[in-house]
Amino acid sequence: MLQIDRWKRILILGICLLGLLYALPNAFYARVEAHNDAAAQIEASGVETPELLAARDAWPSWLPAGLVNLGLDLRGGAHLLGEVQVDQVYKSRMDALWPELRRALAEDRETVGAIRRVDAPEGELRVEIGNPDQIARAVEIAREFSDPVTTLTGAGQQTLDITGSGATLSIALSDAEKAVTDDRTIQQTLEIVRRRVDEVGTREPTIMRQGTDRVLIQVPGIGSAAELKELIGTTAQLTFNPVVGTTGDADAQAGVGQTVAPSIDQEGVYYILDSTPVVTGEDLVDALPATDQNGLPSVNFRFNPTGARAFGSYTSANVGQPFAIVLDNEVISAPVIRQAITTGSGQISGSMDFDQANQLAILLRAGALPAEMTFLEERTVGPELGQDSIDAGKVAAGVGFVLVVALMIGSYGMFGVFATVALAFNMVLLFAILSAIGATLTLPGIAGIVLTIGMAVDANVLVFERIREELKTARGPARAIEAGYEKAMSAIVDANITTLIVAGILFVLGSGPVKGFAVTLTIGIVTSVFTALYVTRLITVMWFERARPKKIEV
Amino acid sequence: MAFRLKLVPDETKIDFFRWQFVTFGFSAILMLASVVVLFLNGLNFGIDFRGGTTIRTEAVQPVDVGAYRDAIQPLDLGDVAITQVFDPSFGPERNVAQVRIGAQDGAEAVTPATIEEVRGALQQVDPSIEFASVESVGPKVSGELINTAIYAVLAALVGISIYIWLRFEWQFSIGAIISLLHDVLITMGIFALFQIRFDLTTIAALLTIVGYSINDTVVVFDRLRENLMKYKTKPLRDLMNLSVNETLSRTVMTSGTTLLALIALLVLGGDVIRGFVFAITFGILIGTYSSIYVAKNFVLWLGVKRDWDKSDPKDPKKRKNVSPFEGAEEV
Repeated sequence: MLQIDRWKRILILGICLLGLLYALPNAFYARVEAHNDAAAQIEASGVETPELLAARDAWPSWLPAGLVNLGLDLRGGAHLLGEVQVDQVYKSRMDALWPELRRALAEDRETVGAIRRVDAPEGELRVEIGNPDQIARAVEIAREFSDPVTTLTGAGQQTLDITGSGATLSIALSDAEKAVTDDRTIQQTLEIVRRRVDEVGTREPTIMRQGTDRVLIQVPGIGSAAELKELIGTTAQLTFNPVVGTTGDADAQAGVGQTVAPSIDQEGVYYILDSTPVVTGEDLVDALPATDQNGLPSVNFRFNPTGARAFGSYTSANVGQPFAIVLDNEVISAPVIRQAITTGSGQISGSMDFDQANQLAILLRAGALPAEMTFLEERTVGPELGQDSIDAGKVAAGVGFVLVVALMIGSYGMFGVFATVALAFNMVLLFAILSAIGATLTLPGIAGIVLTIGMAVDANVLVFERIREELKTARGPARAIEAGYEKAMSAIVDANITTLIVAGILFVLGSGPVKGFAVTLTIGIVTSVFTALYVTRLITVMWFERARPKKIEV
Repeated sequence: MAFRLKLVPDETKIDFFRWQFVTFGFSAILMLASVVVLFLNGLNFGIDFRGGTTIRTEAVQPVDVGAYRDAIQPLDLGDVAITQVFDPSFGPERNVAQVRIGAQDGAEAVTPATIEEVRGALQQVDPSIEFASVESVGPKVSGELINTAIYAVLAALVGISIYIWLRFEWQFSIGAIISLLHDVLITMGIFALFQIRFDLTTIAALLTIVGYSINDTVVVFDRLRENLMKYKTKPLRDLMNLSVNETLSRTVMTSGTTLLALIALLVLGGDVIRGFVFAITFGILIGTYSSIYVAKNFVLWLGVKRDWDKSDPKDPKKRKNVSPFEGAEEV
C-alpha cells in the first residue's frame, strides 16, 4: 500500500534540511563573503583588527559558509588564455649544453679534430668535427650527456637524440624528453604566474593548465585583461651576457653562438652578445626597487652563492670589458666591468620610472617564466555589467517561479501545491550542491537554473498525469497514487538520462560559461528527479495518511 | 468538483497521422528552407568562431552608430561592425552598443594598445563612453572552438542514439535522431535568416534543445513501448496515436511550464543572454512539435516492415525485443 519506511522518511527530510543549511549562506552573500575574507585574512596574517573581527563574527562560525562562486561574467574581472612557447626551452637546453659538450670534445681533440658549432634549426645543436672518420667517437662523447628518461611512458628512452653523419654531429631532445620538458615548463609557468598574481594580492585567482601547453588565468576584480597581461605576459628572463660588440644594424650577422639584442632605451643601438649567459635570473635571491647614486629609479638584486661565484670569477677575468644586463632579449644596460664583483649583489639602472622599477622588482622576485606566452583569448567584464546580469537573473528566476507555480496549482490543485514545495526544495538543493562543491555560477548558468525551474516539474507532471489516468480505472485513490509513481518511473528515468548525456557532453567539451551552464543543468536534473520522486511523494503520503480521503482529484 | 485548469481535455482522440503529409511536408519544407538560408545567408558567427574582438560600450548620451563608425574607421582595423543594443531595463541614461572588430593579421589576441586606440577614438565622440566588457579571441582558438562545437553536437546525437537503441529499438533511435536533426537544423535556419549572433552559447542552446526534445520524444516512446505490450494485436499506427494522445496533456503541460520560465528570462533576463534564451525558447517549440509529428512517423515507417511481417504477437522473442526491462513493466 501507500507507505514509505520510517528510515526513508528521515533520510529524505534530513537531505532537505541539510540542503537548507548549505544553501543558507547564499541568502546572505555579502555578509558571508566578508566573513570568509576576514577569517582568511586573520588566518594568514595573525592580526586581529576590530573591523576584521566584526566582519568575521557577523556570520556564526558553526554555520556552513560555502558560497556559490560567481563566474567572471557575473563578478567582473579578467580572463586570459595563454599558450606557452614550450619550444623555446628546447633551444635554451641546447644552448646550455654547448659549452659542456665543447669542453668534453676538446679533451679528445687529438681523435676528433677541431670542433665548431654550425647553424642548425631551432632546438637542435650541430657540431662539425675535423676528422669525419672519428664521428663514432664524437657520438660516444655526446652520449655521455644523455640520461635515461625517468617516466613511465618514456621508459627505455634517452633524453637526447644523437646522430652523426659525415662530419656533423646533431643533437636534439628526444620526444620523450620533450614531453617531460613540456610538462615541467608548464608547471613552472603555473607556479610563476601564481606568484606574480599573488604579489598584486587579488582574490581567488584561477590559474590552471589547459590541454598540453596552455594556461588559463582568471582573476576576479581586476580592471582589465591588459593590466593582467602586463603582469604575467612579461617573461622577465634576466641574463648577464658577455658583450662581443655593438652595431647600428638590427640585421647584423652574428657569429655562431652569438645573438643580436637591441638596447632598451637607445634607438638604433644593437649589441652583439655571446648567447651563453654568465649568470641568469634563476640565481637571483632577491630584488628590490631602489634609487641609484644619481637618485634615479633602479632595482637592487642579490645573487645566491652559485650565481655570486660565477659572476665573481667572470668579472675578475674580464676587467675592462663590457657586459650586458639583458631582460627578455633587450639590453637594459651594458656597463664596463671596473673591478671584480664578488659581493654577489648589484644594481640595474636604466631609463625607468618608479612604477616600472617596482614592477621589474616584482617580476624578478617571482622568477622568470621559462618560456614566452602568447595570448590566444582574453575577456574582461566590468563589475557593473556582472551585477546587472545577476539582478536581471534574480528577477527572471522569481517571475518564472511564480508563473510555473501558478500553472501547476491551477492544473493540479492540492498536488500542484505539493509540487511547488518540491520545486522550492529543488532550488534549495541546487544551491546547496553548487556551494558545497564550490561550483562556479555563470550567466548561462543562471539561465540553466531558470530552465530547471521550468523543466523540473516535468517529473511531477508525468506522475500526476499518470495518477489521473489510473484514477479512471484503479481501485481507490491509494492504489492510483501508488501506480502513478510506479508507472511514470521508466519515462522519468529514460527522459532524464538522455538529458544527462547532453549535459555531460556540454561539461566535457564546453569551457567557461558553457561549462557553468552544464553544471547547473546537471545538478538541476539530479535534484529535480530527487524532489519529484521522493519529496513530493513523501508530502503526498503524509497528507494521505492524515486526510484519508475516499476520493482524490488530481 | 474543484476547478482545474485544463490545457488539454481529459481524453483526446486526435489522429496525428491524418494530416501527416501536411505536417511532414511542412517539416520537410522548413528543413529545406533552412538549408537554403544557411547556404545563402550563412551564420552570423560571433568572435568565438571567427576570432576578433567585441567591445560592449555604455554611454550616457544616445548611441550614434554612424559617428562611432567614423571615429573607428581611421584606425584601419579592417572589418568593424557596430550595433546598438536595446533592453527595456536600460532607461534613457544608459545607451549600449556592441563594437566588433575582426581578427587582426598576425596577432592572436587583440593588443591592449588597439583597445586603448578604440577607446580614445570613441571618447572623442562621446566622453562618457565606458567599456563594460572587452572580449577577444584569437583565430587559433576560434578554429578549435568550431571543431569542439561540431564534436559536441555530434557526440550528443551519437550518445543519445546509442542510449535509445539500447533502451528501445533501433527504429526508435533513428526516429529520435531525425527529429533532433530537424530541430537543430531549423533553429540554425532561424539564426541564419535573422542573422542572430551565433557563438559558443548558441551551441549550448542547441544542445539544450536536443536534450529537451529527446526528453519529450522519450516520454512518447516509453508510452508506446508500454502500449505495445498491452495491446498486442492493435495496428501500430493506432497504438502511436493512442500513446501520443495519452501523453498529450503532459507534453503540453511541461512545454507550458518550461516556456513560462523561459519567457520570463527572455523578457527580464537582460540583453547579454537574450540570444541564448531565444534559441532555447524557439527550440522548445519546435522540439515539442517534432516529438509529436516527426519522431514517431519515422518509427512507423521503419517499424511497419519489421513488426508487420512477423506479427506473431505471442512470439516471445519479439516481446523481449520490445522491452529489455520486462519484469519492471508488467502490469
